[in-house]
Amino acid sequence: MASTPENTTPAVPEQTNPRAAVIGSNRIPFGKAGGAYRSASNLDMLTAALSGLVARFGLQDERLGDVSAGAVLKHSRDFNLTREAVLGSGLDPHTPAFDVQRACGTSVETVWAIANKIALGQISSGIAGGVDTTSDAPIVVSDRLRKTLLRLSRAKTIQQRLGLLTALRPGDLAPVAPNVNEPRTGLSMGEHQAITTRRWGITREAQDEIALASHRNLAAAYDDGLFDDLITPYRGLLRDESLRADTTAEKLAKLKPVFGTNGANAADASITAGNATPLSDGAATVLLGTDAWAAERGLPVLAHVVDAESAAVDFARGEEGLLMAGAYAVPRLLARQGLGLADFDFIEIHEAFASTVLTTMAAWADEEFMSSKVGLPALGEVDRSRLNVAGSSLAAGHPFAATGARIVGTLAALLHQKKLNDGAAPSVPVRGLISVCAAGGQAVAMILEA
Amino acid sequence: MSDTYLDLVNSGATQQVAKTLGLPRPARLRRTNTDAVDHPLLPGPVLLLGTGAQADATAEALLSWDLDVHRTLPQHEVGALVLVLTELEHPEQMSDFALALGGALRSLAPSGRVVTISRPAEGAEPQVAAARHGVDGFLRSVAKELRAGGTGNGIVISDGVPSDSPSVAGALRFLLSARSAFVSGQFIHVTTPDGATPADWTRPLEGRVAVVTGAARGIGAAIAQVLARDGAHVIGVDMPASGEQLAEVMNTVHGTALQLDITSEDAGQRILELARSRHGRLDAVVHNAGILRDKMLANMTPEKWDAVVAVNIAAQLRINEQLLAADDLGPEGLRLVSLASTSGIAGNRGQTNYGYTKAAVIGMTRALAPRLAEQGGTANAVAPGFIETEMTAKIPPVPRQIARRANSLQQGGLPVDVAETIAFLLSPQAGGINGEVLRVCGQNLVGQ
Repeated sequence: MASTPENTTPAVPEQTNPRAAVIGSNRIPFGKAGGAYRSASNLDMLTAALSGLVARFGLQDERLGDVSAGAVLKHSRDFNLTREAVLGSGLDPHTPAFDVQRACGTSVETVWAIANKIALGQISSGIAGGVDTTSDAPIVVSDRLRKTLLRLSRAKTIQQRLGLLTALRPGDLAPVAPNVNEPRTGLSMGEHQAITTRRWGITREAQDEIALASHRNLAAAYDDGLFDDLITPYRGLLRDESLRADTTAEKLAKLKPVFGTNGANAADASITAGNATPLSDGAATVLLGTDAWAAERGLPVLAHVVDAESAAVDFARGEEGLLMAGAYAVPRLLARQGLGLADFDFIEIHEAFASTVLTTMAAWADEEFMSSKVGLPALGEVDRSRLNVAGSSLAAGHPFAATGARIVGTLAALLHQKKLNDGAAPSVPVRGLISVCAAGGQAVAMILEA
Repeated sequence: MSDTYLDLVNSGATQQVAKTLGLPRPARLRRTNTDAVDHPLLPGPVLLLGTGAQADATAEALLSWDLDVHRTLPQHEVGALVLVLTELEHPEQMSDFALALGGALRSLAPSGRVVTISRPAEGAEPQVAAARHGVDGFLRSVAKELRAGGTGNGIVISDGVPSDSPSVAGALRFLLSARSAFVSGQFIHVTTPDGATPADWTRPLEGRVAVVTGAARGIGAAIAQVLARDGAHVIGVDMPASGEQLAEVMNTVHGTALQLDITSEDAGQRILELARSRHGRLDAVVHNAGILRDKMLANMTPEKWDAVVAVNIAAQLRINEQLLAADDLGPEGLRLVSLASTSGIAGNRGQTNYGYTKAAVIGMTRALAPRLAEQGGTANAVAPGFIETEMTAKIPPVPRQIARRANSLQQGGLPVDVAETIAFLLSPQAGGINGEVLRVCGQNLVGQ
């Protein structure tokens, strides 16, 4: 591949379309915590997802402009996770890579970063992705044990070592259970969302309805073969392990609430294991490039990255719900692009909880909320037939940093398919909107267009 | 999938025991060294027997490959014995040739080659036809007398095909080389002067785009590897469920993975679109994907019968129709190879469904051959015998040992042996070979 544009470092490349193209994607089926990938590390899974992408698009020995990925639960040994994965992927080892972490928004962020570099003409190709494992999560030891171990490594005499060891107490040896509780509030994401759910008056039925649709839509998308070109099986897993194609409203209704079950309002707790995402393992990747780079290799252009916006809310002081930043990022993004919800054929709202989708949509439609908090006009109602049409995180699972790339990859394929099937004029765009909420009161929104 | 017996009789003390007891001693076959393909082409010089224009053209071809060619038996070991019988007009003339070959057999090196070059009996006068067809029984008998991994095969050149046609040389080179390690007792028919001499004999598929179905494992993965070694860009197709292995194979051969159920209605279109968009051409398709659903006919179920028909023959027919409807494939026409099986030739107990489809593949191949020839393409089939794969490793030990030894080479073939034969049939130097069913079976005792 001696003549790839990456090797020649052009001055400022001519770009027919300044927007980065989504060429394709690959992910591994998402596993349940302790399931099919219980012995797989983040590096194993990210390498597998990258290798599948390389095989699908014949990228062996290609030097790409850059690769960006990351993990939320990351072991310290994985300090250079993405670069290590690139070295094991079949790509040209001269392909650079960097790690990114923006909680559950990580791989929307990496798509954004790579797309920007492409749009600026700095690179002509790149891969964005993310990976997470809750099965192989790093275990943290107590601070006292950690400090003692560090001192031990510096100790010079046996006496010093013995002195340090005898100072340890049994309690110091207990590991600190890994969790993703908010450091500022000490509350889990579920407890936070229980508060938001109550505030917006979201019913249990409405949440279960979202969950049921997620499973049904994901199962139908598998049956239609949508994922034949989006997923490469891994370790014997062929489909997402959390998918329950045969679940019903009745089965979902029987589950007991697990969050918001303490305190005065415990009676109307509504978040269950059925309408909250399961802990998951998995990895996802997206191939991006200029139109010209794709054309030179005979690769398709499924969609283009139009624009993106991030937002954060002040959840720590209780001014806003932890997972409500999507209610801010999306209106700002649409205002900048002069678009309304009706301009989108597909709307992808990450299902951290079914109620996240519902509270986000309720906020977009709420005049009072929009004018007082966002400072923009209300967006109106979301056409439910355009919402998460191929399922989302409730059914697929949610390996934190992999979810964004899963959504971008799936949405790009849906947009491309619709564009082909509609037979509309090339000038008539087919658009998709993404909103992914993240820990720390954040969210990332993105627009794709085919 | 290893053959422990073969290892034992070829090494250490057990080798001596086997020798003393007179046990069958299958040899380690000479196979292609991927670091030095076709080099050396033979384990020794060639003794060329016979006279006339074909013998002279053959000598020239051999010399062009830098081989040491003798017309009389040298004092040392020889790598191959080539017997040109194209001038044979009466059975009484065979004596000199047969005895000359016989006198040279003991000089043949391990994994040596015997190749006859003759003409077809069809349409000839009775005594000519007798002389020519006699070669069939002669060569197959010679092949059974060879030892130490030696093979015997024939090339049958149709009347009117010039002696220096690319496919005559192509077939000869294939049969001499390590590529044909497990091919024995077979005849390759060169029926037209078509085909071309490759620019580089070691990379005859350079620049070509080849699709291999069932490429995730076993014989399919080996086909992908050999086609890539010979220069082709491979598009590997397999079921989405086999995607992990498929991606692995494609990354090792620098190919492209296509997760696709070949029984889907638009499978041919999907293959065509991918080849066109990525490479602007499609030169070759290997229909390798196949399934087994063994059951005695009396116990056969509709599911088992229909699944085998759907994958093993119906899918191929539909894909071929979709490919043939396209008018902008490769510049040299479409080259097809389908996997048949000895079960489709000789039949096999418990495999009525499989045998039906594998014989159907042969029928389809023969019917496609003239149609593809119109655009310069070919359609051939390869029928593997007992090959060491994950599939045959599941046969119970005793029947497996019997099946493995029931051929002249007294061992199972390897997936690469099937792959080598397929690569040859797809190569430019095989353009004059069309509608053939070539067996890769070590001269299995069943069928021809």
